[in-house]
Amino acid sequence: MIALALPAQTTTEEGFVPPSVEDAHHPDILPWGDPYGVWFDPGFGKQMLMIILSVILIGTFFYIASRKGQLVPGKMQFLGEAAYGFVRNSIGKDIIGGRDFMKYVPWLFTAFFFILVNNIFGAVPVLQLPSFSHPASAYAIAAIFYILWIAVGLKKHGLRYLKLSVVPSGVPWYIMPLVVPIEIISNFLVRPVTHSLRLFATMLAGHLIVMLAGSAIEFMTLSGNILLQGTGVLVLGGAVAMYMLEALIMVLQAYVFTLLAAIYIEGALHADAH
Amino acid sequence: MGSAVIIAAENPLFPNIWELLVTVAGFAVLMYIVIKFVMPAFEKTFAERTEAIEGGIAKAEAAQAEANAAREEYKQQLVDARTEANRIREEARAEGAQILAELKEKAVAEANRISAQAEAQIEADRQAAAVSLRADVGTLATDLASRIVGESLADDARSARVVDRFLADLEAQSATQSAGAAK
Repeated sequence: MIALALPAQTTTEEGFVPPSVEDAHHPDILPWGDPYGVWFDPGFGKQMLMIILSVILIGTFFYIASRKGQLVPGKMQFLGEAAYGFVRNSIGKDIIGGRDFMKYVPWLFTAFFFILVNNIFGAVPVLQLPSFSHPASAYAIAAIFYILWIAVGLKKHGLRYLKLSVVPSGVPWYIMPLVVPIEIISNFLVRPVTHSLRLFATMLAGHLIVMLAGSAIEFMTLSGNILLQGTGVLVLGGAVAMYMLEALIMVLQAYVFTLLAAIYIEGALHADAH
Repeated sequence: MGSAVIIAAENPLFPNIWELLVTVAGFAVLMYIVIKFVMPAFEKTFAERTEAIEGGIAKAEAAQAEANAAREEYKQQLVDARTEANRIREEARAEGAQILAELKEKAVAEANRISAQAEAQIEADRQAAAVSLRADVGTLATDLASRIVGESLADDARSARVVDRFLADLEAQSATQSAGAAK
């Protein structure tokens, strides 16, 4: 974690200053009031603007796509139905299954497109910031699902759920002292952390790579050194490749997050079967 | 703002609570839109589409059944028509045979009638010929005899009597001959 905090100043001979995590946090657009400690900076930043923008984009698109409800869909409705059907069937129905899955489809659907669009923002010029490269957003959305699946388990099995979720069946009693703490740690402590950090870390890393490549290209091009400028072309090619990889990861992470959320909900629903 | 950013830069895992709240609020708003508008609309469309497809299948099945029934009916009608045609043909044949028989019968009757008439005619002619012949023969014989005997036998009544007697004798003679032949 300390390694992720890249040194703010790395001076090379030519004076190249690589971008740091600090550069992923733009100054607030509307700074108002002083921050209260390290937790609360009341200023309104670019990342928040993009979260709001994503809500507007997703909400508007699906509202318009679903509104007509024609039996023979137009292009937009077809796209919306395909997107909705993907989350509904490939994630909700296939993972959770049964008669109950429709209750959780809105959670999964909202999460998938919320994360997807915010991630894709990182690949859109000008916007160029995946919202979930800020840890607060990743924590928030993972926490929503952490609370959700625990609530689902408690509602379905009552307080017995706490026992069901940490005491695996078919394990000899003398191994229990070993297994139960492991289950508690893995299910209730590690799971939400990995759920959020996976999303956050991949987005931040991808963003940093693209930033690093971008600033390196800028530095090399402006260096006035013909050799460096020539090398800059190679960096540019590499940067495009990394950009493509990052775009793939953006989609993949949205899928992985939603898939895991569905698996957690399914685990809570059928805790007695595991 | 400065110190928070610096600390955040030193430890990228440090969340900004304001961003966290915006994310939760954004998620909530989006989910409200999804539950309120998007999902019901999509689910309604899906249900309608399923119903339309199933309704179409049912309609097609009904049409198929109707077509089958029509074909069966047509076949039945065809069989009926064939039977009817056969029946009519049989009847016509029977009727034809009957007519033919009647005609034959009628023709035979006509032929019989014609031949009977002809026989009667012939008999009458023969009678007439016989009568005429008798008269002629009498006259000729008388003429001949008168010429032979040189005596006028012109007296009709007498000559007639003589001829009649002669013929009667002839008939009696032939009658006795035929009776003797019959014995």
